[in-house]
Amino acid sequence: MASARSAARWHWKTPSVIPGFGLTLGFTLAYLTLIILIPLAGLAWRSASLGWSDFVRLVLDPRTLGALKVSFSTALIAAVVNVIFGVVTAWVLVRYNFPGRRIVDAIVDLPFAIPTAVAGIALTAIYAPNGLLGSHLAPLGIKVAYTPLGIIVALIAIGLPFVVRTVQPVMQEISREVEEAAASLGASRLQTIFRVILPGLTPAILTGFALALARGIGEYGSVIFIAGNIPFVSEIAPLLIVIRLEEFDYGAATAIATVMLVISFLMLFLINFIQAWSRRRFGHAQ
Amino acid sequence: MEIRVEKIRKEFDLYPALHDVSLKIESGELIALLGPSGSGKTTLLRLIAGLEQPTLGRIFFGEEDASYKTVQERNVGFVFQHYALFRHMNVAQNVAFGLTVRPRHQRPPKAEIRRRALELLDMMQLTGLEKRFPNQLSGGQRQRVALARAMAIEPRVLLLDEPFGALDAKVRKELRRWLREFHDRTGHTTVFVTHDQEEALELADRVVVMSQGKIEQVGSSDDVYDRPNSPFVFSFIGESANLPVSVIDGTVHFHGQSTGLAAQRDGEAHLFFRPQDVSLVEEGPGLSGPVTSSRRLAGTRIAEVELGSAKSPCHVEIEVPLDASVSNGTTLAFRPTRWKLFY
Repeated sequence: MASARSAARWHWKTPSVIPGFGLTLGFTLAYLTLIILIPLAGLAWRSASLGWSDFVRLVLDPRTLGALKVSFSTALIAAVVNVIFGVVTAWVLVRYNFPGRRIVDAIVDLPFAIPTAVAGIALTAIYAPNGLLGSHLAPLGIKVAYTPLGIIVALIAIGLPFVVRTVQPVMQEISREVEEAAASLGASRLQTIFRVILPGLTPAILTGFALALARGIGEYGSVIFIAGNIPFVSEIAPLLIVIRLEEFDYGAATAIATVMLVISFLMLFLINFIQAWSRRRFGHAQ
Repeated sequence: MEIRVEKIRKEFDLYPALHDVSLKIESGELIALLGPSGSGKTTLLRLIAGLEQPTLGRIFFGEEDASYKTVQERNVGFVFQHYALFRHMNVAQNVAFGLTVRPRHQRPPKAEIRRRALELLDMMQLTGLEKRFPNQLSGGQRQRVALARAMAIEPRVLLLDEPFGALDAKVRKELRRWLREFHDRTGHTTVFVTHDQEEALELADRVVVMSQGKIEQVGSSDDVYDRPNSPFVFSFIGESANLPVSVIDGTVHFHGQSTGLAAQRDGEAHLFFRPQDVSLVEEGPGLSGPVTSSRRLAGTRIAEVELGSAKSPCHVEIEVPLDASVSNGTTLAFRPTRWKLFY
């Protein structure tokens, strides 16, 4: 009996010559519980106290649905754009040596560092109809500031480093030889990029996409300045939560938050699943 | 396909990697580029492949000037030291890659591509592994996949860059023999780079010995081993001893003593000989000195002898009969039976 139990224990606890599994796992769980799980449980508890019919009514409120739609669609578009530009930026930084490369490399991280409100105000100043770029775009009929397009621009600025920083190290590891092998087999440059290099980067690109998307969904500071915050058009869900809080309507605030939480979790879970699949598929399983 | 390299010069950032190298590779030949690292052997191979562009000089594939053709246009099979397999493709997809990227009008139908990939894998003794991914294969299997992939495009010439360098000794030996058989069966013109002289001498029809961006000697294994034409080749290939000597009146003198070896031209020179090409002498002129160490090496005994004055001693290793009594301090006298002087 005792031996069976210890065998089962060993099966569960990965045997490793490096000690510390119990300690680190315990620390991780405690940490996650204190920082993430308890606050989120409080949120769920609070919204559960609403009662089912109230919850459904609050969530299906047209203004709430509009805000959720704006939040998720802009974050999705911005993440897709960031994947394209992030991969190009990473490529330039990894592949070419040019004067000022290190400065460009540092600039990529700036969106991490500057307060998001500053980024939002700066973007608004530039893209407003009387701004530096906005004044040139206005005659073309393109309005950026105070529209969903403005939200997308802000989210692109905020999310870019996530894609660059996840793709860059993996790209660095692609050996020149693999590209030379493709070329010697007759592949053109484009064929090499699309059939050899990019498939190898897929897991990293997906990670960057997931991070940029998650950040975009939750982004508040930069967006509220450039968005114009017109209900049903350019009002994001996080802002609506704040508005509800300011109206002391805590129930509505937690209901919106809970819905965002569930959708975000499902999306990230799906992306993780695709990622695991592509890792296996593309042979990074080791 | 016959390949001619004419006065190729290659500079990297003004640092010359190859100085005016010329070489003719016969059709169907298996040829080795041998040299220490930094000798330019890999650069020469990459120039033939088109992975580098020459600074000066020309490269001909048959009668066609291929000097400035791209690697895609040259239709060469290139095998890298670290395999360079596409890790997101399985073995069959790797092998078929060269065919699937062809323009539509030159591309064989899907079934035909698959048939050819499987046929090549069969030839490489990789049957049944076509669904595996590269990271599920051993080093030797990966290198055979790389070779199959290179062969799939029916290359005009097969170029291998240290193909066995990353493999362990046993697999290396197996693959070496296997490559020789493969070459004899298919008759492809094959050039391979190696820094392992044993590999070059065993495998190649002809060996190109390179040093510091120049070709030192081109010849068969017997040529470069038995008739080296420069001090570098003599000391690089096999074991050898090297003594500073002077030729006086047609006789080679070492430290003022006659060695009994005759030479044509007087002057300062270096005497080269191999450890096994000596005979012990009882009397008469020769080289002599105390034994400083000796060791048994398989079927032979090697003695290290100190020659010259105590101030500037020269240590040489010679092969002595197994039954010879050599202990540290006994004086040995010997004379090289095959030797060469470089002035």
